[in-house]
Amino acid sequence: MSEGVVRLGGVTDFPPDPVIVAGLRSGDEEVFALLLDEWSRGMLRLARSYVSTAASAEEVVQDTWLAVIRAVGTFEGRSSLRTWVYRILVNTARRRGERESRTIPVSSVGGERPDGVPPERAEGGPEGAALAGEVRELIDKAVGTLPSRQRAVITLRDMEGYGSDEVCEILSISPANQRVLLHRARAAVRDHLAAYYDGKGGP
Amino acid sequence: MNCDEFAELVTAYLDDALDDSSRPLFLDHMARCSGCTGYYGQFTSTITALGELPAPGLSPQTRSHLLTAFREASSEKPE
Ligand SMILES: [Zn+2]
Repeated sequence: MSEGVVRLGGVTDFPPDPVIVAGLRSGDEEVFALLLDEWSRGMLRLARSYVSTAASAEEVVQDTWLAVIRAVGTFEGRSSLRTWVYRILVNTARRRGERESRTIPVSSVGGERPDGVPPERAEGGPEGAALAGEVRELIDKAVGTLPSRQRAVITLRDMEGYGSDEVCEILSISPANQRVLLHRARAAVRDHLAAYYDGKGGP
Repeated sequence: MNCDEFAELVTAYLDDALDDSSRPLFLDHMARCSGCTGYYGQFTSTITALGELPAPGLSPQTRSHLLTAFREASSEKPE
């Protein structure tokens, strides 16, 4: 066990790739746990862009980590470790998503617009947490209706805060394509929120 | 630049990817058009809100299953 790695890591300084990779290859469980806890949330969100349920996304993330455990010996450092792991995730999630779309009728996979109007308290409700909760619900719904390519980009860029270069590499798309997908996704989410914003007299 | 063109370029502007000829036109339109100023504000507020969404993590079962799988894989490897 290399306690040094974790001390090195701390909260803000994530250990550099060579340290992590060496830790994984030598069976350092603390290093693996650190990665699991640091990256799995983002991976779950990204997986959800391609598959129809949260449970399915969790299985994709699990399969991805199992593949990482098996294959870390072959990691050559041509990309960052995170990009490499995320690329495995995207491939796994896409395959599963395609399988699902062959077996589940599309109309039952969500994606249809909620027929109700936003919750009652559009105006005049308690400030703060309740309003934030309302925005959160609207955004969740909006993101859920996006086509998977748009959803993947907005998840990585805006929800996870990754830079455009890394997003292009993870998703194997050009910078121009990435920007188009991101813009469409953002505009669609903004449209869902427009009534809420307008009801409050602006952002 | 009209309002539709403006709306199409907001992400490019935020990524600092507008070319030298479009950038001043974009800023000039925003300075003159209150509708687009409002749209721009809602657009950036949306991006901020997206970044503040809570993200659920792995279930404890999956987490411990993976830690076990890692331990087993490591013990199988010849040292
Ligand atoms: Zn305008």
